[in-house]
Amino acid sequence: MSRIAAVFESLRTRRRPAFMPFVVAGDPDLRTTARVVETLVDAGADLVELGVPFSDPVADGPTNQRAYQRALAGGTQLAQVLDLVTALRRRHSVPIVLLSYFNPIVQFGQARFCVEAVRAGVDGVVAPDLPPDEADDLIAAARPAGLDTIFLLSPTSTDARIRLVAQRSTGFIYCVSLTGVTGAREHLSPDVSALVGRIRTHTALPVCVGFGVSTPEQAQQVGAVADGVIVGSAIVALLERSDGVVRLRELAGALRAALDGVTVGEAAP
Amino acid sequence: MKGRFGKYGGRFVPETLIPALEELEAAYERASADEVFQAELDGYLRRYCGRPTSLYQAERLTRLLGGPRIYLKREDLLHTGAHKINNTMGQVLLARRMGKARIIAETGAGQHGVATATAAAMFGLECEVYMGAEDIVRQELNVYRMRLLGAKVVPVESGTRTLKDAINEALRDWVTNVRSTFYVIGSVVGPHPYPTMVRDFQSVIGRETRAQILQETGRLPDALVACVGGGSNAMGLFYPFKDDASVRMVGVEAGGLGIPTEHHAATLVAGTPGVLHGAYSYLLQDAGGQIRGTHSVSAGLDYPGVGPEHSFFKDTGRAEYVAVTDDEALEGFRMLARTEGIIPALEPAHAVAYLRTLVRTMRRDQTVILGLSGRGDKDVQHVARLEQG
Repeated sequence: MSRIAAVFESLRTRRRPAFMPFVVAGDPDLRTTARVVETLVDAGADLVELGVPFSDPVADGPTNQRAYQRALAGGTQLAQVLDLVTALRRRHSVPIVLLSYFNPIVQFGQARFCVEAVRAGVDGVVAPDLPPDEADDLIAAARPAGLDTIFLLSPTSTDARIRLVAQRSTGFIYCVSLTGVTGAREHLSPDVSALVGRIRTHTALPVCVGFGVSTPEQAQQVGAVADGVIVGSAIVALLERSDGVVRLRELAGALRAALDGVTVGEAAP
Repeated sequence: MKGRFGKYGGRFVPETLIPALEELEAAYERASADEVFQAELDGYLRRYCGRPTSLYQAERLTRLLGGPRIYLKREDLLHTGAHKINNTMGQVLLARRMGKARIIAETGAGQHGVATATAAAMFGLECEVYMGAEDIVRQELNVYRMRLLGAKVVPVESGTRTLKDAINEALRDWVTNVRSTFYVIGSVVGPHPYPTMVRDFQSVIGRETRAQILQETGRLPDALVACVGGGSNAMGLFYPFKDDASVRMVGVEAGGLGIPTEHHAATLVAGTPGVLHGAYSYLLQDAGGQIRGTHSVSAGLDYPGVGPEHSFFKDTGRAEYVAVTDDEALEGFRMLARTEGIIPALEPAHAVAYLRTLVRTMRRDQTVILGLSGRGDKDVQHVARLEQG
């Protein structure tokens, strides 16, 4: 069983949602990212999602765009992110998911990427601009390598799309909570619960919700209906501050505590 | 495979947009098979935009260069001053059919923004145009025109602050407002069905040209030449000739300060295949797949990607792609003004400049047709500033 599957199975028996923080690798440098991951794991992250820097992140709002720019300015690209994962793996067994726009993977070579990512200790990949229809080559390389391919669904997804994504995803499904780009929002979309419910009628894969989830309260609401909660921009925004790593410990702890207070399948208090 | 040109093209976009692209594809297929739609579009192109445009024999330019007979396909005479309106009329009519009340677009030189704002104004639709902050400075006249037409111009400060970033921002808007909004893409780029749809709307250029040259000379031209940024005017001119094997097709890219300097936008000449803005096509990128900054004197060619069908034409050899520098393009700009009394836009000035090279490979009894995609009014101030150094 893959590390991702094992984590979700363990959480499922306890009916606890996973806490999956996202940070951009190399923001502003790889040493900082290593410390940040350490902090997140200490605070109870169940999985860690690392963003691979890209010059043209069309699915991202301004906060993550700035983080990608800082990481690129520091010289971090896909090859360096894999080195970082290799180093992290010496100390941590937490599942690591790479989020990468498709072109860096294409230029790296899709087959080579899958092999080297798994060798480094990566467990899954999400490419926000790669729908499953275009992913034959990546899937063909990922399956034998043992790399999970995680595809996305959104509020606009039809039942046909949900079936296709469910069929081609392994590990979990990444459910985008809203129509829009990444970034903190004041309010959660009220339709998240219905969307997750609709996805569940087509698949037994864990469903994790991201985009626009930034506060412990929002995480708690999402955690009551989803198998995992992905928090990105709120964490990335903290890291722009000089006291970012200290504040991160507080936020990650608060998110963890909020999620410990909910049971998947029961409405949040 | 649908939406593919050989291995190029495809639909590489966030999942949120897939249903919208499927809806667009279905609506476009219905419209293109619908005689009522085609007649409506044709009527607007004739009565509102000024089609057909003339095919003009440039006799003084021909004598100056001393080679084949040169004809100009005068898209510069169209309403709004460039070929862009062929496409925006088509897409805005389609948006209206689909019941979308809000139009967004990206623009580089501002010509597509103006053409979109024009079509939106004519049909009373809300319009927002994303434009790189750098381009807003270079093309302030077009910014003012868009505002006069009632469009909101949104400056894009991210990335390189040019066309590439304007497309990123338009895509982000579309992901956010996808249910109510129609994204009018300005070139033969983007996810399927855009490269096909924009090509079809622009093919009116080549269809007219083909009929006009046959009527005038009784035979097909020997060569076609047009500038290529995203490549919509070139594709519009080339496509109806693609099965005429005797017709040579030459796309001219922006060589900027020169290919070896890396300050250029010659994607097909110097790029490699990759994925940007929804399609697999040639790109200017680094070894890690990061998109490179580009440079061109012409904002409309200042783009690190190119339409996927051009990539296909390059690989199959159906068309050839070359580059000319900023300085050569400026020389072409002046040459056409002085010999023919036509001030071209800086984009087709690249194709004009390449004529000097092209004519040396051709005989005097042959003919070449240049796609004069737009007029140069928008560039006059910019060129004057460059001349003052």
